[in-house]
Amino acid sequence: MNDKQVKDMDEPLNLVLFSGTDDRLNAAVVLAAGAAALGRTVNIFLQYWALDAFRADRIGADHGLAPEAGEAGRTAVDALRAAGQSSWADTLRQAKELGGVDIQACSLSMDLLHITEADLDPLVDGVEGVTAFHLSTGNGPVVFV
Amino acid sequence: MTVLLTADELVDARGLSCPMPIVKTATAMRTLASGNVVEVLATDPGSVKDFQAWARSTGNELIESTQEGSVYRFLIRKI
Repeated sequence: MNDKQVKDMDEPLNLVLFSGTDDRLNAAVVLAAGAAALGRTVNIFLQYWALDAFRADRIGADHGLAPEAGEAGRTAVDALRAAGQSSWADTLRQAKELGGVDIQACSLSMDLLHITEADLDPLVDGVEGVTAFHLSTGNGPVVFV
Repeated sequence: MTVLLTADELVDARGLSCPMPIVKTATAMRTLASGNVVEVLATDPGSVKDFQAWARSTGNELIESTQEGSVYRFLIRKI
C-alpha cells in the first residue's frame, strides 16, 4: 500500500443506493462497513428501491436478489446467511457504531414513494436533496449501486 | 527469546465473513486504551490482507499475523 492510498481515507466514501435487492444492498453495506472500520467518513444517499427497503416495517423482509443471481445465487446467499452472516441492516448498524456513517433519504424518492421520515427505520439519519448530497461528498468517490 | 504477549481483549471472528472481522475489531478497539493488545481469531482468508491494510491505515500495530489450520490469529496493539 502506498502513501496515496493511505491518504485517500481522509476523503468520504459516498454511496448512492438505488437498487433495493438484498445482494446489492449487502454489497454496498460491506463497502460502507469496511470504510467505517478504517475511520473513513461514509455518506449514504438512499434513492428509489433502496430507500423503499429502509422502510421500518420492511427493512427485515426478503428483498429478493438481482435477476442475474438465478437459483444458484439464491442457494449461495441462503447458505451464507444460514452460516451466520448478518443481514445488511445489522451490518450497517454495526458500521454506524464506529461513527462516521451518515444515511440520508433522497427527498425526491420520498415523494415518489409517498413516505415520510416516520416511515423509515432509525438507521436513516435524515432527508436531503441532491444539492446537500453533492456538497457532502468532498473529493471522495461517488459510487452508484 | 520469545516474549509471550497476553492480549487485553479477544475478538472471536471465526466463521464470520468480510467485513465483520475488521468491523468487530474496530468496535472493540474503541473501548481500549492506547497500548492495549487485541487478539483476533478469524477464518476469513481475506482477513490476512485486510488486517495488514487496516493496521497500516489506522496506525495500530499488527504485532503478529499467524495461521494454525484454518484459523488466522492476529495480535494488534492500539496506537
